[in-house]
Amino acid sequence: MTGTFIHPLISFVDKTFVIAEFELRKLRHDFTELITRALQPALWLLIFGQVFARSGMMHTGNIPYLDFIAPGILAQSVLFVAIFYGINVIWERDLGIVQKFLVSPTPRTALVLGKGLSAGIRTLSQAIVVYGLSLFLGVRLNWSPLALLNVFVVVVLAATLFSTFSLIIACIVKTRERFMGVGQVLTMPLFFASNAIYPTDIMPAWLKVISHLNPLTYVVDALRTSMLSGSPSTFGLGMDYAVIFLTTIVLVFIGARLYPQLGV
Amino acid sequence: MCKCDPYADRPAVYNPAVTTPVVEIEKLSRRFGTFTAVDSLTLVANAGEVFGLLGSNGAGKSTTIKMLTTLLPPSSGEARVGGFSITTQPVEVRRAIGYVPQAVSVDGSLTGYENLLIFAKLYDIPRSEQQARIREQLTFVDLTADAGRLVGQYSGGMVRRLEIAQATLHRPRVLFLDEPTVGLDPIARDAVWKHLIDLRDQYGTTLFLTTHYLEDAENHCDRIAIMHMGKLAALGTLKELETSLGTGSHTLDEVFVHYAGATLDSGGNFRAVSAERTTEQRLG
Repeated sequence: MTGTFIHPLISFVDKTFVIAEFELRKLRHDFTELITRALQPALWLLIFGQVFARSGMMHTGNIPYLDFIAPGILAQSVLFVAIFYGINVIWERDLGIVQKFLVSPTPRTALVLGKGLSAGIRTLSQAIVVYGLSLFLGVRLNWSPLALLNVFVVVVLAATLFSTFSLIIACIVKTRERFMGVGQVLTMPLFFASNAIYPTDIMPAWLKVISHLNPLTYVVDALRTSMLSGSPSTFGLGMDYAVIFLTTIVLVFIGARLYPQLGV
Repeated sequence: MCKCDPYADRPAVYNPAVTTPVVEIEKLSRRFGTFTAVDSLTLVANAGEVFGLLGSNGAGKSTTIKMLTTLLPPSSGEARVGGFSITTQPVEVRRAIGYVPQAVSVDGSLTGYENLLIFAKLYDIPRSEQQARIREQLTFVDLTADAGRLVGQYSGGMVRRLEIAQATLHRPRVLFLDEPTVGLDPIARDAVWKHLIDLRDQYGTTLFLTTHYLEDAENHCDRIAIMHMGKLAALGTLKELETSLGTGSHTLDEVFVHYAGATLDSGGNFRAVSAERTTEQRLG
């Protein structure tokens, strides 16, 4: 009885990592993607962050604004990278790669989670860039191993969450043109209706409600409390993880239901 | 994972007199809204056979292959592939088959070796056997020297050969191919066919393919089914089809026109035509 349960589970985990490996091997042959992606967080931190820090308009308690915004920019760059992941999925559909995967005996959930996980590992480069810039700008970072481990896990999970969301959109819209439109429409509301670049305290009540339903808010909260020294979590790290985990699981299952439609 | 001999049930040499059904299609239909793409199709392909599905654009060939490879659920009817039902045992069917879609299905940003390695892992080839199996496949399709190169630098014929190697790593009983020679020059086409026939002869793999190159069907298929507007219009060996037209000698072209019609625009859609031209462009 236990064996019949454990074998598919081991197989599922194994296949998930094979799919993730497939994606990551591509990076070994072409690093340009990682370099171009580094530009966006640099612009936000060096220009937007510096200007708003000087203006003194944002009241972020006893945390300097640049410190406040650094984890927000990390979450934002994870979101921006992950949300356009669906373009790759549509590209693979236009080729015959999706069909080849779907004809293999690989569980659909492993195909979807493996792709999400690879996006997660790819976005770790964003964390390195944001840490480097934060160091340069004098942000008070928390270098404890546990804090670094938390940042690592949250970045991977958040990218898995948003790239799976992106895959679901790709399964619905099916063409690159439509995807670009929908992607743009979704990214900015997710970003602005979160605590990434300003605290939720200054939001109007209706926006505050939306921000509490937005998984990015919990990603930012988890990153902020882990990355910075002396920054207490708004919701509690346990709550942040619970929201991120549950949302990811739900999205992976929806994605696994929809992904086979790309093979048609 | 079955450790038994994967070739035990396959004929060493194809013998048309010995027929073991390996693809059994029974009243298979697929409707898209009010349009019926495949209409109550019934036919059988036998083990070790090279079975060609012919038809003009939109005849229902690709939809049939998609149903048999479990990519598309049928609206009604049933099919068994390698002894397994496509509707109730899709995972078992997937283990028993290989598939080479019409579009390019290997990843250009990986090497030939990496493309094979990933699929060796997905098909549960034991770790201890993976390297030997990949080497065997590369040798089989004459790509050993190019295994370390990025597939994006391969020629069209090399890409198709790699796809065949990838789709047969797990030694499937049936290999489905959708327009395997589309976009290839005559030399590359001959090379692809040589490897396909070798696959049948060495491993007993049944080849079930669609094509609209009549000379491919004429030269290589043991039996041919002609589809027209979703229905089976004719089925038999080339000789049987030619004699079915009556007295006098007939070519396959005449047989095709007789059963599939000679109208200029019989079907297909924008996406299918676009996909075919993109494939031709990528491989050509």
